[in-house]
Amino acid sequence: MAHRFPALTPEQKKELSEIAQRIVANGKGILAADESVGTMGNRLQRIKVENTEENRRQFREILFSVDNSINKSIGGVILFHETLYQKDSQGNLFRNILREKGIVVGIKLDQGSAPLAGTNKETTIQGLDGLSERCAQYKKDGCDFGKWRAVLRIADQCPSSLAIQENAVVLARYASICQQNGLVPIVEPEVIPDGEHDLEHCQYVTEKVLAAVYKALNDHHVYLEGTLLKPNMVTAGHACTKKYTPEQVAMATVTALHRTVPAAVPGICFLSGGMSEEDATLNLNAINLCPLPKPWKLSFSYGRALQASALAAWGGKAANKKATQEAFMKRAVANCEAAKGKYVHTGSSSAASTQSLFTASYTY
Amino acid sequence: MPHSYPALSAEQKKELSDIALRIVVPGKGILAADESVGSMAKRLSQIGVENTEENRRLYRQVLFSADDRVKKCIGGVIFFHETLYQKDDNGVPFVRTIQDKGIVVGIKVDKGVVPLAGTDGETTTQGLDGLFERCAQYKKDGADFAKWRCVLKISERTPSALAILENANVLARYASICQQNGIVPIVEPEILPDGDHDLKRCQYVTEKVLAAVYKALSDHHVYLEGTLLKPNMVTPGHACPIKYSPEEIAMATVTALRRTVPPAVPGVTFLSGGQSEEEASLNLNAINRCPLPRPWALTFSYGRALQASALNAWRGQKDNAGGATEEFIKRAEVNGLAAQGKYEGSGEDGGAAAQSLYIENHAY
Repeated sequence: MAHRFPALTPEQKKELSEIAQRIVANGKGILAADESVGTMGNRLQRIKVENTEENRRQFREILFSVDNSINKSIGGVILFHETLYQKDSQGNLFRNILREKGIVVGIKLDQGSAPLAGTNKETTIQGLDGLSERCAQYKKDGCDFGKWRAVLRIADQCPSSLAIQENAVVLARYASICQQNGLVPIVEPEVIPDGEHDLEHCQYVTEKVLAAVYKALNDHHVYLEGTLLKPNMVTAGHACTKKYTPEQVAMATVTALHRTVPAAVPGICFLSGGMSEEDATLNLNAINLCPLPKPWKLSFSYGRALQASALAAWGGKAANKKATQEAFMKRAVANCEAAKGKYVHTGSSSAASTQSLFTASYTY
Repeated sequence: MPHSYPALSAEQKKELSDIALRIVVPGKGILAADESVGSMAKRLSQIGVENTEENRRLYRQVLFSADDRVKKCIGGVIFFHETLYQKDDNGVPFVRTIQDKGIVVGIKVDKGVVPLAGTDGETTTQGLDGLFERCAQYKKDGADFAKWRCVLKISERTPSALAILENANVLARYASICQQNGIVPIVEPEILPDGDHDLKRCQYVTEKVLAAVYKALSDHHVYLEGTLLKPNMVTPGHACPIKYSPEEIAMATVTALRRTVPPAVPGVTFLSGGQSEEEASLNLNAINRCPLPRPWALTFSYGRALQASALNAWRGQKDNAGGATEEFIKRAEVNGLAAQGKYEGSGEDGGAAAQSLYIENHAY
């Protein structure tokens, strides 16, 4: 083995590990507000609002201008490129508003999926070209973490070894480049819930995928203490006839993680992947109550599961700002409680919070 | 990906995980008494004793006749094949004596190293042929765990990618076969301390080797909760001019493990390599006082570091047997304390003064 060539200096490592720990300190989690233009289109269409840049800006403004106490529940916000450069109605940049609240600003870095020829409709993710320069610019513009979503699916012959290997490698390249530019990479290898497979099968696949991811991260000399993981919880497929409790989901999830995720990783922030707001919170709570050893923080990085009620409350009308903010704050606080294993389900939830947010074959 | 084909039933998994946990109960470690005939030749010649089967039996009797004081600090004993079938002077099989003390019996199952052609003196380890049948027999004869040692070395161009991959693979095959027969595999990827490399180089290599080992174990469907790891501590090479404190060794070691060993592994039982008895205890103690979170038990699986004084006290003389046994018990108790971070050293100041020597882990 050739002499090692350290990828990062101690100062770089210190910066990265401090950023990562700040995001997940004290039960805090992440608001994934990085929906692409197309994806925002889907969301806005559900509440009959036109998908214009102004409407997207207005909704994000309502969320980000919420009371400062949000910083007790939200440690980081992932933004889409457009949003990083948008301002509120007083001309203040969104990213400055968030930073002033003590929230770390992140940026979606991938550029969507590309097909893997010769597979059963499997994909890899693009976005590596010029990534170093883009990261450097985003760092200057106030970002401290990045996010990149790889997608795997469970089906006949899927995920194939090629899909697992290719997505793991691409995640590792992205992570390595981020760290070179002072950005903490959130590594997201999502095994989507489409299908009729049971809980055990999802657990098996998740373990194989995560083992490959951590081997690739090691091969690419990625500093684990300066990363976060954003995995799926282990759940049955959406078309599975068998139902499982949050405790079963929790046990399967934590078992898979503790067989594959090194203790050096400071935090695991689950994606909500189509779960209703309430299920996403209940499952996260059960995960934090699971009796297995859990050396990493177990928190959230939710998009739909933090915003569904808020979107419904807004309906595109400025007059609904207060109701929108309340709906958002309520979910944020609930998930922070869940990240500490202290969530108490308070009975009646709004229709939007229990409504399943599953959309078949969800892509950004 | 085809549906998983579970390698083990729930009952098999429970049995394996119970055995592993029994061995590494807090304060307990392993006596590695599995020296082959050739290795025993070296030990015995150092004290001027002839290497006969009877002398080997008499020597092991010195160790195994230790009284109940070893019950709280020895969780397992690794036997060599010959010893598994030997008896004490009263005709009681050694296996029974050990089991009656509540100590788990283990067996060395590898058949030594063989060269890897085309490399710079690197090796793999043999012993897979007929291993399944051998394990079944050993299980019947009282063994509940096994051990297999792979060897890697650090030099200009080693360990090579081939050596790392091949040894990881062979360890995974061995582990898989053991588990099929109800035997907990101790996985030992030893990186030798030979050479003049510094602490950082050893840490780097150890991380690469362990990442490969755990990827191979995942690929081979090994149940991690039913395994133990027996790695080297991270130390400088023997010929390295820089001296390091136990705290620096501890920090480098624990950092490497946190980055590679999944929390599902119940225990890490360090080998002592060429360390003196006292060094091996001080280092283990520092490891257990390291301020980083450690989700696995960190204990010992020592051969020389438990036996050197005993061997020297015995010198093949029957009259010295009692005194020699006392020397062994003494080291066992010391290491039992070190495995809990409670060893105060043989007179030198431990505790608070040592704490200040920990360097921040992002320097590693």
